[in-house]
Amino acid sequence: MRKRSIIPLLYILFLMLPIYWLVAMSFKTTGEILSGFSLFPQTWTLDNYKVIFTDPTWYWGYINSIAYVSINTVISIIVALPAAYAFSRYSFLGDKHLFFWLLTNRMAPAAVFALPFFQLYSAVGLFDTHLAVALAHCLFNIPLAVWILEGFMKGIPKELDETAFVDGYSFPRFFVQIFIPTIKAGVGVAAFFCFMFSWVELLLAKTLTAVAAKPIAATMTKTASSAGYELGLLAAAGTLTIIPGAIVIYFVRNYIARGFAMGRV
Amino acid sequence: MKKQNQKAWFFVLPVLLLVAFNALIPMMTVVNYSVQETFGNNLFFWQGLDWFENILRSERFHAALGRQFLFTGLILLIEVPLGVIVALSMPRKGFWVSICLVTMALPMLIPWNVVGAMWNIFTLPDIGLVGYFMNHVVGIDYNMTQDPFAAWVTVIVMDVWHWTSLVVLLSYAGLVSIPEAYYQAAKIDGASNWAVFRHIQLPKMKSVLTIAILLRFMDSFNIYTEPFVLTGGGPGNSTTLLSIDLVKIALGQFDLGPAAAMSLIYFAITLLVSWLFYTLMTKDNTN
Repeated sequence: MRKRSIIPLLYILFLMLPIYWLVAMSFKTTGEILSGFSLFPQTWTLDNYKVIFTDPTWYWGYINSIAYVSINTVISIIVALPAAYAFSRYSFLGDKHLFFWLLTNRMAPAAVFALPFFQLYSAVGLFDTHLAVALAHCLFNIPLAVWILEGFMKGIPKELDETAFVDGYSFPRFFVQIFIPTIKAGVGVAAFFCFMFSWVELLLAKTLTAVAAKPIAATMTKTASSAGYELGLLAAAGTLTIIPGAIVIYFVRNYIARGFAMGRV
Repeated sequence: MKKQNQKAWFFVLPVLLLVAFNALIPMMTVVNYSVQETFGNNLFFWQGLDWFENILRSERFHAALGRQFLFTGLILLIEVPLGVIVALSMPRKGFWVSICLVTMALPMLIPWNVVGAMWNIFTLPDIGLVGYFMNHVVGIDYNMTQDPFAAWVTVIVMDVWHWTSLVVLLSYAGLVSIPEAYYQAAKIDGASNWAVFRHIQLPKMKSVLTIAILLRFMDSFNIYTEPFVLTGGGPGNSTTLLSIDLVKIALGQFDLGPAAAMSLIYFAITLLVSWLFYTLMTKDNTN
């Protein structure tokens, strides 16, 4: 057993190295970064973080990102719940094709759909709003949410539904009061993956926003080009983008492995 | 057996509408561009299938497609076995499971351009950790911005770093669903470690591995942000993967027609490979 645990340990070490480097760099001054190699910050500084927390273009980037990610997660879960229920409980005309079609939406190269997305959301007057990014991210998050939720729902015996209906529950009441609480682990996992993929996506988020809803990742790319090469600032901003994900994953850590275990295919 | 019920369509309707709004309208716009020529000012001329023909014959496209398949093939060859090995050697219960899962999932939660930027500063020749180590400790001349081979290795390692955990999480999910009784039976029969893996663990992991490979194929075939931020497609064109080339044509040169035709071909290839794989892997389950 001891010999085996060396592999995960080495793997985690490999994963942590670049993250360590990013965090270490965020506490260095730009001068120190450019002057040469140092494993630890020689002079610790919080200046990089101070800039981010005092400059509205920086901290609004975080607020914008969190806003559209949250809206997206809520929309995705709400519409995916009934759909996943339908896929797990009934067979209907074209269900398998529909399911595969949903999956294909993860395959479209986002790089090319950027321009049509821009035109579409400008045409419906949603350009540069949080809602636009949230809706656009539904393209790849809803199929994933349906997929995960369906896996969890398949694990719930049908007798649960039948007993509830015999007891006189209407369908909506059964769904909200009995069924959703039963699969709350699945909802957690699906929400986690929606959060994750919406949080890390940049191309569409950047295309669909200008000023009012600009995501943090876009603010970073702007800074990288306009303010020369402020590596320390960039590293601090990068470090801060890891934190929301780390918090979310801490809450779902016990469910995450189960998320796909019961999945389709 | 599942109940036959056409009313189930009502449950699926919201999903259908939302996804169709995002999928079909932009897709039709792309189809529209792909058969026309534009000189700006919203003037469009019918071009027929010329763009498709040009692209299919163009050497630039063949080269980018070749690089794309090489990239996707390599990362699948590394990430899938590595992910399975890590999952197999992970503890099954206790405090360390949480630690492993949380730390392993961390790279997947970092915005993609931050991943690229992070690896960029990590590998800078004289001031990055890897760059310094390679050049001054190991003594290998390592400069990603000039050496295509170094650039390739860096892009691959970055992707392995970024996404192997997905394979780990999925395989692990398959492994923990194996009842303890299976292992006990294998022990009584005196099965070797390899036999346990081959006949108990691998079959149980098959469905989750299908998902993992499918997801990794689709996502790595469409990869754009991370290698673009890391190498910008260079040095030269050496790491210009398909979507990077596409954006160069679409937004750099503003050749909407060729870019649209190229993206449709691209999409068709992704679809075909995924469908083949999906059918092959799920064939046994239905029989």
